[in-house]
Amino acid sequence: MPLVVRLRSAVCLLGRFPALAGVDLDVEPGEVVLLAGPNGAGKTTLLRLIAGLVPLYSGEAAVFGVDLAVDRRGARRGLALVGHETFCYDDLTVRENLRFMARAGGGQAADADPVIARLGLGAVADLTHAKLSAGQRRRLALGAALVRDPRLLLLDEPHAGLDADGREVLHEIVAAAPAEGRTVLMASHELELARELATREVRVDSGRATAVSPRGALT
Amino acid sequence: MSGAGATHTVGRDRLLDPRVSRAFGWASLVSLVALGLFGLWGAPEDATQKEAQRLMYLHVPSAWLAYLAFGVTALASLLFLWPRTRSMVWDRLAGASAELGVLFTALTLILGSLWGRPVWGIWWAWDARLVTTAVLFFLYLGYLALRRIPTGDPVGAGKRNAIAALIAFVDVPIVHFSVEWWRTLHQKATVFNPQLSAHIHGVMALTLWIGVIAFTILYVYLLDRRYRLAALEDEMEQREVDLAIAARVGTPRDGGTAPDPVEVGR
Amino acid sequence: MGVWREAALVVGKDLRIESRSRVAISQIVPFGLIVILLFAFALDPDRGILARVAPGLFWIAVLLAALLAIGRAFATEEQHRARDGLRLAGLDGGAIFLGKAAAIAVELLVLEVILGAGVVLLYDVNVHGIGILILTALAATIGLAATGTLYGVLAAGLRLRETLLPLLLLPVLAPVMLGATRAFEDGLEGAPGDAWPWVALLGIFAVLYTAIGVLAFGPLWEET
Repeated sequence: MPLVVRLRSAVCLLGRFPALAGVDLDVEPGEVVLLAGPNGAGKTTLLRLIAGLVPLYSGEAAVFGVDLAVDRRGARRGLALVGHETFCYDDLTVRENLRFMARAGGGQAADADPVIARLGLGAVADLTHAKLSAGQRRRLALGAALVRDPRLLLLDEPHAGLDADGREVLHEIVAAAPAEGRTVLMASHELELARELATREVRVDSGRATAVSPRGALT
Repeated sequence: MSGAGATHTVGRDRLLDPRVSRAFGWASLVSLVALGLFGLWGAPEDATQKEAQRLMYLHVPSAWLAYLAFGVTALASLLFLWPRTRSMVWDRLAGASAELGVLFTALTLILGSLWGRPVWGIWWAWDARLVTTAVLFFLYLGYLALRRIPTGDPVGAGKRNAIAALIAFVDVPIVHFSVEWWRTLHQKATVFNPQLSAHIHGVMALTLWIGVIAFTILYVYLLDRRYRLAALEDEMEQREVDLAIAARVGTPRDGGTAPDPVEVGR
Repeated sequence: MGVWREAALVVGKDLRIESRSRVAISQIVPFGLIVILLFAFALDPDRGILARVAPGLFWIAVLLAALLAIGRAFATEEQHRARDGLRLAGLDGGAIFLGKAAAIAVELLVLEVILGAGVVLLYDVNVHGIGILILTALAATIGLAATGTLYGVLAAGLRLRETLLPLLLLPVLAPVMLGATRAFEDGLEGAPGDAWPWVALLGIFAVLYTAIGVLAFGPLWEET
């Protein structure tokens, strides 16, 4: 089966600073990979690189077989990113935002409803984004990703800002991902929680990705 | 799978060979002196316009260069956008040419004013050529302001600059056409008519040609020098980036060695 | 998913945001009216000057208000990095361009109707040839919206965008300003025949910059 993500010596600049200074990474379909590392290690940049949002400076990078040096946009339809921001519009309601995302991703407006239910946003579905609490916004961010039915789910600090219920929802989604045919790449500081879900852990430090720890070796 | 990094080399660090460049430098000096001689003494005084008319020998070549420089910027922008010829060389060239262009455009406008005032009694006139040149001046300013904003990705910034230059370039003929139309439709008794018609011949025409040639040589020489400066700046930036990368790649971590290719248990 | 469907999606989204936030109607339109008012302070309302120069003043007010509308259109994409969301969704660049330009055009047309009424009332203008005025306004507005969207994305995300946008956009719009004003003058004087060539010029400008926008928006959007 072709690799979902393949990076070799990937270097990525933010301004003149090499946020990524040589990342080697392979991700197989159906994996749940945990990216662990200190702040400033480059985890966010790595996820954004894979999402095609930042250009590759040197090295090789391919997502779903699409060469990111040649075509940054090619793989976007198959993946979704949950970042620090929600990517939503303040003046639209939760339902409207999700419907927009669903249709923008090539789906139907109706795809939004099951996602609203799954994320427990039913109570606030008709509130505008501006009125949501931080925890609700995090769930919305997750929903905005799911509503496009991505094959690759990129999660950047998904636990941050979620309450206990929210974390349960997140846990359910990530745990169900392999069965739903999704691959998950998750950067998180909540190592205990994340390790429960991860099939593999990759250490990211100083812009480089280190060798792998297969799940079985974690104690 | 192709890797990225093709456009990170600085590319050509100069436009002209050093000897050719020096030759251009001397040639521009000589031709400008010649222009001065012809313009001030060689060419006869104009019957109606008297001495002020001599400004034409600077004003017209200036205008020619204002538009030539813009054309060069547009052409370089096109070459940058075309994937097969993409190279930072074109972006640098576009920027250098624009800087020269804005100077010559300003010069054209000022000289035109200085010429017009004693001869026709007005600082400005609303004819197609002057107005278009004024608009061109602002288009240049906008383009240069855009270039000055630092952004992270040089190739991305280059694309933005190139598109901006081309959009502006496309507008120039439209501006000229619409203003010309406007003025011919609403022409009252107009005195101002800086037509360079066939009334110019003999020594005056020769002087004009010397002016055009002199300015063009000067433009090429200055363009090369400005380009070299830009290339040096880019090279310095490139070295900083390379150093930063090397520093980070060499940072010792857990094992202090380079990362192994990832093992995937299958 | 077709480009037109995607564009319709974007227009719908932008107009819905406007209908909720009401920025155009409660801030930009009043701004235009204030400009119209200020012109009256600047020029003497008792000597018939205003009526004569009304077309020019009208279009200047529209241009200035358009700067605000364009800035606003791209500011909505900055909230919560919605821009990244749009990019990730994989929408076609040309479709986003058409959608955003269409939304701006709609807002501008509403603005023009209101400002037009304001000008007629305040400057005591006699209106003939409403047909040619409407056609002119349509052609000019499309050109205005297309060029504005193009420069809007160029400046979007840049540090100095608020001051850069006017500097970049206004010189390019000189032909639109010229054509729209002349066509309005001809229409109001009761000589609509003279206006047709100007309307044609506006139309060509609109088509040209719409085409450029569809092509160039995508790459520019990626670089923001």
